[in-house]
Amino acid sequence: MRPVVTTCSYCGVGCTLEVRTLRGRIVKVTSPPDAPANRGNLCVKGRFGHDYVTSPDRLTRPLVRRGDRRTGRLEPASWEEALDLVARRLASVRERYGPGAVAGFSSAKCTNEENYLFQKFLRAVIGTHNVDHCARLCHASSVVAMNLALGATAMTNSIGEIRDHADVILVTGSNTSENHPIVALEMKAAVARGARLILIDPREIELARFATVWLRQRPGTDVAVLSGLAHVIIRDGLWNREFVERFTEGFEELAAAVAHYTPQVVEALSGVPARDVEEAARLYATSPAAAIFWGMGISQHTTGTDNALALVNLALLCGQLGRPGTGLNPLRGQNNVQGAGDMGALPHVLPGYVPVTDAEGRRRFEALWGVRLPEAPGLTATEVTEAACDGRVRALYVMGENPALTDANLNHVRHCLEQLEFLVVQDIFLTETAAMADVVLPAWSWAEKDGTFTSTERRVQRVRRFLDPPGEARADWDILSDLARRLGSDWRYDSAEAIFEEIRRAVPAYAGITYARIEERGLQWPCPAEDHPGTPYLFAGGLPRGRGRFHPVGYLDPAELPDDEFPLILITGRVLYHWHGGVISRRSAGLNEIYPEALVELHPDDAARLGVHDGQMVRVRSRRGEVTAAARVTERSRPGSVFLTFHFAEAAANLLTNDALDPRARIPEFKVAAVAVEAVARSR
Amino acid sequence: MSETVTLTVDGRPVTVPAGSTLREAAQAAGVHVPVLCWHPQVRTGSNCRVCVVEVAGNRTLVPSCSRQAEPGMEVRTDSERVRRARRVVLELLLSEADASQAPELLAYAAHYGADPGRFGEITARKRREPIRDNPFFVRDYARCILCRRCTEVCGVGVQHTFAIEIAGRGNRAAIATGGTGLLPDSPCVFCGNCVGACPTGALVPVAEFEARRDGIWPREPALRWSPATGFVAEEV
Repeated sequence: MRPVVTTCSYCGVGCTLEVRTLRGRIVKVTSPPDAPANRGNLCVKGRFGHDYVTSPDRLTRPLVRRGDRRTGRLEPASWEEALDLVARRLASVRERYGPGAVAGFSSAKCTNEENYLFQKFLRAVIGTHNVDHCARLCHASSVVAMNLALGATAMTNSIGEIRDHADVILVTGSNTSENHPIVALEMKAAVARGARLILIDPREIELARFATVWLRQRPGTDVAVLSGLAHVIIRDGLWNREFVERFTEGFEELAAAVAHYTPQVVEALSGVPARDVEEAARLYATSPAAAIFWGMGISQHTTGTDNALALVNLALLCGQLGRPGTGLNPLRGQNNVQGAGDMGALPHVLPGYVPVTDAEGRRRFEALWGVRLPEAPGLTATEVTEAACDGRVRALYVMGENPALTDANLNHVRHCLEQLEFLVVQDIFLTETAAMADVVLPAWSWAEKDGTFTSTERRVQRVRRFLDPPGEARADWDILSDLARRLGSDWRYDSAEAIFEEIRRAVPAYAGITYARIEERGLQWPCPAEDHPGTPYLFAGGLPRGRGRFHPVGYLDPAELPDDEFPLILITGRVLYHWHGGVISRRSAGLNEIYPEALVELHPDDAARLGVHDGQMVRVRSRRGEVTAAARVTERSRPGSVFLTFHFAEAAANLLTNDALDPRARIPEFKVAAVAVEAVARSR
Repeated sequence: MSETVTLTVDGRPVTVPAGSTLREAAQAAGVHVPVLCWHPQVRTGSNCRVCVVEVAGNRTLVPSCSRQAEPGMEVRTDSERVRRARRVVLELLLSEADASQAPELLAYAAHYGADPGRFGEITARKRREPIRDNPFFVRDYARCILCRRCTEVCGVGVQHTFAIEIAGRGNRAAIATGGTGLLPDSPCVFCGNCVGACPTGALVPVAEFEARRDGIWPREPALRWSPATGFVAEEV
């Protein structure tokens, strides 16, 4: 049985899979030992969680809502009717309110080719930069910070360098073992070899067992802790003078900003013992090769950009950049969230991160696409929701995203989506968002299409078809091309590869990558020419913006603090066995069997005070909503905080979360919300 | 200290990086050594003994998967003594486990002329029932040769989870979990890296197990093996 070689559809690590099918179903998934990111290792989702593609829930025919928007039912329709309707309604909104009244959410689960076409559809066919995707909710702040300070927008180094080169690994706001399990394996291998791990996290995650020093801060106090590290490094003269002088600017401002954050001040603000701040600072600064890794615990705050800037400051201060085993490494969540950004599925940049406000860059794309482009940036996903509420956005095109479950403050989000005149959702399942749509278009899953994903380490890898699509479902790029033609644009793509060839012309970092070159193994961008070997780590020859810029930041409280009425802090996150809104992982029989329901993690001290025992049903309330789920009493959670995943629609954590935004990245504060917990009578 | 080591393998001089094993030195000399318990992610070994080679001046045969190359060593990978030892090792393995889904083991056995019936059968092992305690994979220990790839991958080799270990001694030795003996009650995270490492089909995805049981798993090419060629798939 010959396996098909493809790239995993779950997280951003980009594991190589060898998939074997029998009678139209996946029967075995393995990985070759020379797989570049994962060395042949897999996690439960990658190896056993892909049966969702053959779920009986798959959408197989277009659906059109008959009758009133609120009360009408979604009923099967022909492609002709459905696409005609979408084209007519989008054109009508554009005509009556202007192109800015249309917006689109692209998908970090779709391929580069599809993301490229989706943003091109909004920009070149509709005429608006209102295109965004779920990176807004995960690493928007990291991207803003790295762009400001370095001119880079991705993980600077490679996953393999963790095991092979890193001497110190600083992990913060990332439950790596559950969200990027393969990266955690590399970290554990590094520790086994003698590398030291600094963990900064309020929860007792698995990596705490492997940490030399674990800083268990109060949620939302990251800037204080990281400023404390910088304070000690400058106070003790441990910073890298040569690097700072040659490659950075703004050191004096940084030194002034962190002067206040003595270890004692940091202890008072964050709860982290002063001596641990000192030890972590020394470990990081004096290491020959220290790498920083972070996840949503850093980015999903109203201070998300500041948090990420504080990490960039540390790396610049100590010159931990531009060598193997160093770097600034945001661990990207979705399989192709890196690629979706690279392809320009963002409202302020064109493909290749060319600012839409840059006239020169805009002209290049106007020439490539044969259209005029608007000069002002579009709306972010979180702003689109608000604009739907007040009528600035009237029509929304959602490809493979589920804002009605994954955005913060769901009651408000759903209310806003209901105000739209027209909502079209293109997906593989009838998601919570699709259930609200006027038209639902059935798409191909990852198993049924060809294309490329770009992993968190900037590796562009092939995705290959190994199953036939169900029913009448069509490829995303095919649907987009058809719609573009109906709206008067002459789009003629006959394959994913044909689209990729256009991407190579649009994005210089991808120019040297061809399907032929990545037939066996992927290439890491920047790869500017066909004889270029790709780039395992950035900044070997300096920084793209000339000098790295220190950004002084100071501690600010989260938007919402606990009080008498809502005395606990809610942290949302993920578990090993599920994926984001659960749309795919809960349709994997095995994953759903092993982890079937939402659990509210409570520290034993809080549980005792509330009279809650393990397994008891509890109600969690915030100012915005409430959910009921079973309690898990565990010391993993810090006293005073509770943890809930956002995988389960029936206990949707985002009913509780705060939609207060980071002012620069427009990312909501998923990681801190004030809540109250009470036992409810019903026991499981 | 020298960065490289020069030795002879089957009379051919070969130079390898210091710290290389004899298996790696043989590989560099173009000679395949059979391995079962060795796995790229697992550093221990010396367990199945199918990789033994003869080193001039050593009283006993040595496991080439873990013995380091030393300057001037004279290694013989295919002497009569080596071949006989490998044949006996293979016969012992075949006596204790159902090898019908262990293509590599069967290929070695064919090459060395191992007689599977020579030591009789450890029937208690071959009669063990498959364990289905989780939705992802089946543990069919009638096929287990106790090579320890799975326990090493679960432990320091890859996962650092330590959900499984060998329990018992002698003919009662078996891979087991603590507590109830069920994987869902153990620290197992169901990564299945043990499944990926298992050379005998003792650990197998549920879908594959059922397809084989129902007789719909496609016939796979048998493997042939020799020290000169390594594994070669036969035409189906």
